[in-house]
Amino acid sequence: MKREHFVVRLNNVRKTFVMGNNRVDALKGISMEIAQGEYISIMGPSGSGKTTLFNMIGALDKPSEGRVFIDEVDVSQLDAYELAWLRCHKIGYIFQTFNLIQAMTAIENVTLPMIFAGVHRDEYMEKGMMLLELVGLKERAWHRPSELSGGQQQRVAIARALANDPAIILADEPTGNLDLKTGAEIIKLLKSLSRERGVTIISATHDIKMIDVSDRVVWIRDGMIERIESRDKLKVSVGEVA
Amino acid sequence: MVDHGKLSRQIVLPWHQVLRIAWQSVKIRWTRVAITTLSLMLAITFFSYTLMTFDILNAIWPHASDILRHKIILAGYEPLGLSSGHRVFGASAKDIWLLMLAILVCLVGITNAQIMAVTERFREIGTMKCLGALDTFIVKIFLCESLYQGTAGSLAGAFLGIMLALISLAFKLGLKVFFFISVVSMLKNVGVSFIISVILSLLGVLYPCVMAARMEPAIALRHEI
Repeated sequence: MKREHFVVRLNNVRKTFVMGNNRVDALKGISMEIAQGEYISIMGPSGSGKTTLFNMIGALDKPSEGRVFIDEVDVSQLDAYELAWLRCHKIGYIFQTFNLIQAMTAIENVTLPMIFAGVHRDEYMEKGMMLLELVGLKERAWHRPSELSGGQQQRVAIARALANDPAIILADEPTGNLDLKTGAEIIKLLKSLSRERGVTIISATHDIKMIDVSDRVVWIRDGMIERIESRDKLKVSVGEVA
Repeated sequence: MVDHGKLSRQIVLPWHQVLRIAWQSVKIRWTRVAITTLSLMLAITFFSYTLMTFDILNAIWPHASDILRHKIILAGYEPLGLSSGHRVFGASAKDIWLLMLAILVCLVGITNAQIMAVTERFREIGTMKCLGALDTFIVKIFLCESLYQGTAGSLAGAFLGIMLALISLAFKLGLKVFFFISVVSMLKNVGVSFIISVILSLLGVLYPCVMAARMEPAIALRHEI
């Protein structure tokens, strides 16, 4: 039997934080698979382990137990250089707090991952401008984050996440700090990226609007997967709620 | 053309980019940087002032009349030896002790300021690592920033120290002191000031930035001030 290629695969991932004498089990054995091009939302109440799971998938933190595979590569086996390469090329990150580098302009933020990747200046400037145009901010290229609104900053962050054509975009509460309308615009933008570019989008979120666009929703509670719902089922359950 | 994508370990940050990013960071945090530079400047001013004063006194002494020599001693400068050789004046044990103390206090001050400055930027460091930065990129950027501060502090400090030494000697001994200024001694003064200042600023930032660079990105990003 030919095994399907998964862009992300988690195998019984556990994460325990030790704070003084307290042990907090943030993740209690999570296993899941995500295929190329899927739009996945990770939902759950605060403290359920969403962000911890996000950090595991993004190779930003090491699991206490279990394995994380990105493009079928075991992340725990990578050295610092390979890990940096993976974060630079394979994954684009979007955060609730935007996390743009304050000292840099929009275009400099967008081109930074390409500089790390060793792209030539002409090429990265051209692509940076193209990406800013894609998110509708070409005219604001030379503005610093402090001169941009929240929604604009998040769009710069999305352009930055796309810089090295990653296979995965990881978004941690991307609409958490935005008003309803701007949040909806960001979700629309992410959806169109997933559809047109075939990028896998994994988003930890509280935002019910995300459900509409997701292929699957993973519900997390107390560090465990409560249920995974696919799109067709979602329609029904959301319909019932409404 | 850069061939990217083949080598799965190649992550780069050329030095000209390090210099540029560090310069931008310094520019945007102007006040904080100015305060750190000021503490460096004060220590260097003290050092440079002491060095310059002794240099000029040593240059004047062989040519000084008895009246002028009397004036110098009255002004509080004690010749270490009464020989007619060149190095009549120099740092006494007390002077050296004071200088060491000034440098030590300055080092503690800079380390303190840099720990705060780096802590403030944990999230930025975490973000850079998410974008693919290696630990060494972070260290390089911070070292470069402190190099800028060290250079500015040493130049300003040396200039101020030399000026103060000249003005105070001119005030005490008369305008004659200006005839005994030696360019070589001034350059030596600036050079030594620069070396001390750069070493101080690098020592001050090394510990905080290495600690910060080695953090897991998830922990750096979680950090709230």
